[in-house]
Amino acid sequence: MAKASKNKQAELVPVKVKINGVDYSRDVEPRLLLVHFIRDVAELTGTHVGCETSNCGACTVVLNGRSVKSCTMFAVQADGAKIETIEGLAKNGELHPIQNAFWENHGLQCGFCTPGMIMQAYWFLKENPNPTDDQIRMALAGNLCRCTGYQNIVKSVKAAAKEMRS
Amino acid sequence: MVPRKFEYFAPTTLKEANSLQKKYGSDAKLLAGGMSLIPVMKLRLGSPSYIIDLNRISGLEYVKPAGGSLVIGALTRHHAIETSKAAREKAPILCETASWIGDAQVRNMGTIGGSLSHSDPSGDWGATVIALRGSVKLRSPSKERTVKIDDFLVDTFATDLKEDEILTEVSVPIPPPRSGGAYVKLERRSGDFATVAVAVQISLDAKGVCTYAGIGLTALGNKNLRASKAEAALVGRPLTAKVIEEASEAAAEDSQPMPDPLRGSAEYKREMAQVYTKRGLELAVKRAKGGK
Repeated sequence: MAKASKNKQAELVPVKVKINGVDYSRDVEPRLLLVHFIRDVAELTGTHVGCETSNCGACTVVLNGRSVKSCTMFAVQADGAKIETIEGLAKNGELHPIQNAFWENHGLQCGFCTPGMIMQAYWFLKENPNPTDDQIRMALAGNLCRCTGYQNIVKSVKAAAKEMRS
Repeated sequence: MVPRKFEYFAPTTLKEANSLQKKYGSDAKLLAGGMSLIPVMKLRLGSPSYIIDLNRISGLEYVKPAGGSLVIGALTRHHAIETSKAAREKAPILCETASWIGDAQVRNMGTIGGSLSHSDPSGDWGATVIALRGSVKLRSPSKERTVKIDDFLVDTFATDLKEDEILTEVSVPIPPPRSGGAYVKLERRSGDFATVAVAVQISLDAKGVCTYAGIGLTALGNKNLRASKAEAALVGRPLTAKVIEEASEAAAEDSQPMPDPLRGSAEYKREMAQVYTKRGLELAVKRAKGGK
């Protein structure tokens, strides 16, 4: 048993990331998923764990400028990375235009998928600031919502795009 | 869901990665985008003791012309290929194929080299690289070799990769003028694995006679397959509706579908092989003639 626990100690790897501009570092097991680092180590619980099988997109964060599903990545892979999560969007108490558009357009009901939806939209609108409805739907294909039927989410992203272009 | 424990390495050079492979042999697994490997580990379908993460090795993400070919670094993300200007100009079927893979987040992480090395018969890249008659570059501690895609894909989840080899580059010949390609896919819902998909690449001469045909099949056998009979039914003939019909029937014969409890019987898939080959050919011909 002593040997096992010693091995366990030796297995830890250092992970240092910047999440929403704040540094977090911790020695973790290599098998720790990024989403658990964000939720349990950084204690940023806005990023949700949904399906755990990279289908639902609730765990979407933006890592070094690209959206990823943080349940399908090891925290150690993100060592040295800059990560943006839903908590980083509002500035000085002002909602981000995408958050505001979801509010205004009723782009959510239960809200569970919303952090993932918004982070995916946040990445996508940087790629394509003036998207068509179809392009929005394709961009959000990896984010599941069981409440809204997506109509108001698409509307929200479209409204946010318009607001952000002006 | 938590994978079993493993030891993690993040080499910064191919040489270092190769020597880790040599040291740990079949207990080690290479991690590229992780879009298949990590779910496999989380579901504990596979539990490698050592993970060699390739993502810290620089210089493996590119799409560029080299001689008469387009070469793609193994770590190039699907999204980078989808949006690559060089691919759009030289072999647009690559962009179309990439756009059909998984969802946007998966395409941001997943890599062409990882996908091909996984050799999932439902994977999209194999069919398209078959249609383009491409090859892959494999690097071991002692040598580098180039293998044709048909020889590289051996079986379900099995390739020609040796334990100490890494796929470093994919290369496809740039099609001549009057060429067209299409990747057409039937899926149950957006982002699903293919029920069937077909990659078609053709070239025509000035009179409209087919001078090149490449057809790759997805989810229609134990691996991505070449539809050889269908290709033979096209080359040397003008691509009339009748010829396309014959080639599509031949593609159904070329297919070796296995029943899939989620995505349809073998009979259904064979029917769809014909339908999608026809659609792919019609689109490819239109594009070869300058249409979209």
